Amino acid sequence: MKLSQLEPGQSGVIKEFTDLDMSVKLMEMGCLPGEPIVVERLAPLGDPMAITVSGYQLSLRKREASTIILQ
Amino acid sequence: MNDELKVALVGNPNTGKSTLFNVLTGLHQKVGNFPGVTVDKKIGYCKLPDGRSAQIIDLPGTYSLYPKSKDETIVFEVLADKSNPAHPDIVVIVADASNLKRNLLLYTQVADLKIPVIIALNMMDVARKNGTDINIDDLAVKLGVRIVPISARQDENVKELKEAIAYSSVLALQEDTIEVEALAPGLIGKIKEELQIDLPYTALQLAHQHENLRFLTPQQSDRIEELEQEFSFHSSKAQAAETIARYNFINDVLFDTVKHKSQAYEETISNRIDKILTHKVWGFIIFFGVLFAIFQGIFAWSEYPMSLIEQLFVWLADTAHSILPAGVFTDLLVDGVLAGLSGVLVFIPQIAILFAFISVLEDTGYMARVTFMMDKIMRKVGLNGKSVVPMIGGLACAVPSIMSARNIENWKDRMITIMVTPLISCSARLPVYTILISLVVPEKRVWGFINMQGIALMSLYILSIVSAIVVAWVMKSLIKARDRGYFIMELPVYRLPRWGNVGLTVFQKVKAFLFEAGKIIIAISIILWVMASYGPPAKQAAAEQKYKSAEYQSYSPEKLKLIKDADKLENSYAGVLGKAIEPAIKPLGYDWKIGIALITSFAAREVFVGTMATIYSVNGDGSNNESVREKMQSARNPETGEPVFTVATSFSLMIFYLFAMQCMSTLAIVYRETKSIKWPLMQFAYMSVLAYLASLIVFQVLK
Repeated sequence: MKLSQLEPGQSGVIKEFTDLDMSVKLMEMGCLPGEPIVVERLAPLGDPMAITVSGYQLSLRKREASTIILQ
Repeated sequence: MNDELKVALVGNPNTGKSTLFNVLTGLHQKVGNFPGVTVDKKIGYCKLPDGRSAQIIDLPGTYSLYPKSKDETIVFEVLADKSNPAHPDIVVIVADASNLKRNLLLYTQVADLKIPVIIALNMMDVARKNGTDINIDDLAVKLGVRIVPISARQDENVKELKEAIAYSSVLALQEDTIEVEALAPGLIGKIKEELQIDLPYTALQLAHQHENLRFLTPQQSDRIEELEQEFSFHSSKAQAAETIARYNFINDVLFDTVKHKSQAYEETISNRIDKILTHKVWGFIIFFGVLFAIFQGIFAWSEYPMSLIEQLFVWLADTAHSILPAGVFTDLLVDGVLAGLSGVLVFIPQIAILFAFISVLEDTGYMARVTFMMDKIMRKVGLNGKSVVPMIGGLACAVPSIMSARNIENWKDRMITIMVTPLISCSARLPVYTILISLVVPEKRVWGFINMQGIALMSLYILSIVSAIVVAWVMKSLIKARDRGYFIMELPVYRLPRWGNVGLTVFQKVKAFLFEAGKIIIAISIILWVMASYGPPAKQAAAEQKYKSAEYQSYSPEKLKLIKDADKLENSYAGVLGKAIEPAIKPLGYDWKIGIALITSFAAREVFVGTMATIYSVNGDGSNNESVREKMQSARNPETGEPVFTVATSFSLMIFYLFAMQCMSTLAIVYRETKSIKWPLMQFAYMSVLAYLASLIVFQVLK
């Protein structure tokens, strides 16, 4: 399952990434394999999404969220 | 001997790094530019407890030494290159205590560059409230660094931090973090050997970043490239491996030093606020309310101080004329220099008000939500969620708005925003629009309440916004991106604004404008003044001679002066140029008089009205709109006897002013913000072409 498929309020745990370049940036910002993620809300127009990961909130586009595979 | 200590502040965005910088240095700071990039180079001075003075440099906030944008490369360049003038003796890592794990990633990277490091553990108050318990002493022992818990907002423990800086070791004492050589076996050793680098981590960073580092020679960079081929080095893979290794190290360190007790407190409050502020309906209503307040602020509140500044300069000019002996130098001083200075200072209220708003929005965390909400729409046309603020600001004035585009992190988005903001009709176009509309649009009401003139004005504004969006969309495919368009952004928790920070931001922006753009504006204004007051000597002499003839002796002195002024302008260099471009502007429906106005408008668009007043010999200055209007209305083409300002000509002229880049202040600030002459020139070129073609079409269709 991809992160982009979660609805607001749902959560998951990061398993791996499909895009190597993006994964470096995501990991630097705290999105690590094994880390739980909660989808907090979607922007009013449906994209980007706001997630809580390792104690803080990130905003990322759905296309970027689709590179995160959940357990 | 130079015993001044150089200290660099390094840290993630939103860690309170800038607040700490302000607390440490107060007003003893200056903002310059790093060469080649548009990142503010903030340097300040701070007195240390041992009596020495420390130079503090605030480096751009970043999550890692691997840059996401070209602007972030500056952090590594400053830290790794010992010959860089900003290279520090000590690095203070500002870390957010409430999110230590992510913050320590950057620490471990900097630590491996073996510069003496101190960790300033900021936001201890927040961490305590969140139920995070940090055993600072154990952590300090494990990392081998001094850790000072502070709260920059509350000014807590800043004295201790200063002491730590003053008595810091000159040698890097921190423990090694990860096994760097294992990340690129062979390659690191080879780079170290060939480029004479001591540190394995510097060598590894060079392997990753050599293409963008300006302290390497092209030969060195090429050699690194060759070595990478030889050892089949894969940059992204190595970066991923490094990041994972670093987090493993951090997890080990934090395992028994940090304890989380309860769920984050501030986070939940922020969540509740976000439910309203980013709501499908309320979110947009509130956002448009905020934009409206900004627009009102720059448009209405700045009016009074601006007219005050203008009046002051009128008074100064009058006084100077009456005190100083008449002559060329007085004219140059008053009509050239003073007028130019007035043209610079008059922008201060708008810049101050816009930046007061923007820094409050940034400081509270609301700006990140603006980006979050607007991203989807703005991305479609090649802009950024944050472009909304400069574009709305553009309705008042492009100058502060373009300065505010600096908040847009993505280089390409920022360039497009800067390029299209001047298309949006600013307040300086308003006097031109109103006088032309009043000439050709009847003051009639449709259906009893809709004013025709109002509709015309509104259409011009809408057209300007639409054209900005269309041009942005076109540029999206023309401008090549420097960095990949990531949009992974932190949404910081909401906080109250710090008024001291707001005040400092406003102060620095005004200062930057005055000293950087101000020079250019005054220089151009002097050139324009020379062009409008001097002309080819033969022509000037002929005009002088003409007024000695008997015919003019019967005129009253006032009337004679008005006629003479008009004639002087006609025979000035500006007049000559206006006539010279007449063949080019004739298809747009303009005569040489309008040509002169187009040239003098370059100082500022509203000068159009003043030039019209001079050229049609109107009594008094341009402020007497009614008489300028009458004169323009009765102006006839000497050859055909037709009125000059027909519907076709007037609309063509409005469209010309709508599109044309007739504002030297904007060009000056674009130069300052892009650090390259290329961008203002391109902007001038495309807007002129657009203005010419659009007015050509309008005139030919309406004719």
